[in-house]
Amino acid sequence: MLEVAVRHRLGDFTLDAVFDAPQGLTVLFGRSGSGKTSVINAVAGLIRPDAGRVRVGDRVLGDTAQGIWLPPDRRGLGYIFQEGRLFPHLSVRQNLLYGRWFSRSSLPLDPVVEMLGLGGLLTRRPGALSGGEKQRVAIGRALLADPGLILADEPLAALDEARKAEILPYFERLRDEARCPILYVSHSAAEVARLATTVVVLQDGRVIRQGTASEVLSDPAVTPAGIRAVGAVLEARVAAHHEDGLTELDACGLSLFLPRVRQDIGAPLRVRIAAQEVILSRNRPEGLSALNILPGTVDSIREGDGPGAMVSLDTAAGRVLARITRRSAEALGLAPGVSCFAVVKTVAIAREDVGGA
Amino acid sequence: MEWLSPAEWEAVRLSLRVSFWATLVALPFGLFVAYALARWRFPGKQVVNGLVHLPLILPPVVTGYLLLLVFSPRAPVGGFLQSLGISFAFHWTGAALAAGIMGFPLMVRAMRLSIEAVDPKLEQAAATLGASRIWVFATVTLPMVLPGVLAGSILAFAKAMGEFGATITFVSNIPGQTQTLPSAIYAFLQVPGGEASALRLVLVAVVVAMLALLLSEWVSRRVAARVGGA
Repeated sequence: MLEVAVRHRLGDFTLDAVFDAPQGLTVLFGRSGSGKTSVINAVAGLIRPDAGRVRVGDRVLGDTAQGIWLPPDRRGLGYIFQEGRLFPHLSVRQNLLYGRWFSRSSLPLDPVVEMLGLGGLLTRRPGALSGGEKQRVAIGRALLADPGLILADEPLAALDEARKAEILPYFERLRDEARCPILYVSHSAAEVARLATTVVVLQDGRVIRQGTASEVLSDPAVTPAGIRAVGAVLEARVAAHHEDGLTELDACGLSLFLPRVRQDIGAPLRVRIAAQEVILSRNRPEGLSALNILPGTVDSIREGDGPGAMVSLDTAAGRVLARITRRSAEALGLAPGVSCFAVVKTVAIAREDVGGA
Repeated sequence: MEWLSPAEWEAVRLSLRVSFWATLVALPFGLFVAYALARWRFPGKQVVNGLVHLPLILPPVVTGYLLLLVFSPRAPVGGFLQSLGISFAFHWTGAALAAGIMGFPLMVRAMRLSIEAVDPKLEQAAATLGASRIWVFATVTLPMVLPGVLAGSILAFAKAMGEFGATITFVSNIPGQTQTLPSAIYAFLQVPGGEASALRLVLVAVVVAMLALLLSEWVSRRVAARVGGA
């Protein structure tokens, strides 16, 4: 669906990224300096790489081998920038309609305004909006351009946690409802876990891994956001909302308890379980306050230079990663094939790590 | 207008006309040069920058003499223009040319500063939404630099109103044709009993300058409020 190949030299840094992404939301995942923004800007036509090819479906946006490199205004884009980049001299309504006018599109304004809750803001200037409101307008402006490809460069990075939680569901809807591919740059494992249909991991300008969110995030070798951000993603369904404020999930027969979520019973969910929040036990623990106990078998143990070890555990619900000390791993006699239990506190599952699948 | 004699009134009117046309014709050139200096990288940029600023640094008499060398009907450029029916010599258009050139650096400086203050990221955003370069300029850059364009124009207008040295060297001091307000003040001071006329013209000069200043303040405040979006 989206085909990208970019080779570009910037001083000492060489970017050489190649990937194909299917329909849906593709996250370009990597730490800062890995070349994510250069890739997305090449896709947008904002930079012209030394060599490159960009294709959306059967539309060629650029192919330097054939001497084609369309300028950004002829690529049919909707680009959502980190800082919003709303036009300060135009009202919210004029900002929203800006791209629509150039694309000669006849998309109606009202559904977008309604979906993003912009009704009360239309006559305001961007200077009078909060960070979250600005970003909602930026999403609307990109959608109304009727794009053939939506780009988003860390659209949540400049927002505080509460604003992130406000904006994330809109990107989930975009992923599920947009008819065009979405390329989304991020260095946040939580965003990858919640949003990605496909993850492309970028490191030092190269693609080192590509797959679904649960495949890539449960690979202990992939740590672009740092070891503390490692955590596997489980897919589950909402089984019940309990009266004490908990939601029970069914993850392939295993029960998981979370703080109450919005989704209805039966709705699919993704839950990211941070590796450093997981405790391992050889025996099924009793008299323990933690509610989530997942039996499984050790698949592998990776040891780093430090005192830590990353244990990956196969459970019925899927792969779970646990970051424990090497001392504990030895004391428990952990080795591939050994069975043990992963213990996760309900309150350790952050709200931002749970989202509609 | 009883209090101004016909000769004085003529000088005021001529000055306003010369300054108006000098500013209006210089405006698109000034905007183009300011944009090029602010945004483009090209060989000889420093030379262009220097040439634009030259009238600010050179003695006005030198600028006037250089204009004479280039635009007199006997010079190649002046001769060519005359064959097209455009004449500057001893004509009010010559005064406008001199005034425009003298005000040009002030105009370009003000515009360049305001163009440099526009975040290129906003222009990129407009391009990703489908705006071609010319539309980006018309819908994003220009509205945002409007305060600078107005400030630069008013500065250039005020400079043109006061221009003396280059004008008198280039097109002399002919009443009704090239005798602008400053030249008229100078001429009145050269004849016995002319002080009263000179003083009245000085008053006009002060009033026009103040009005221009107030107008620019008012306009740029209104535009800034609109662009700032408060």
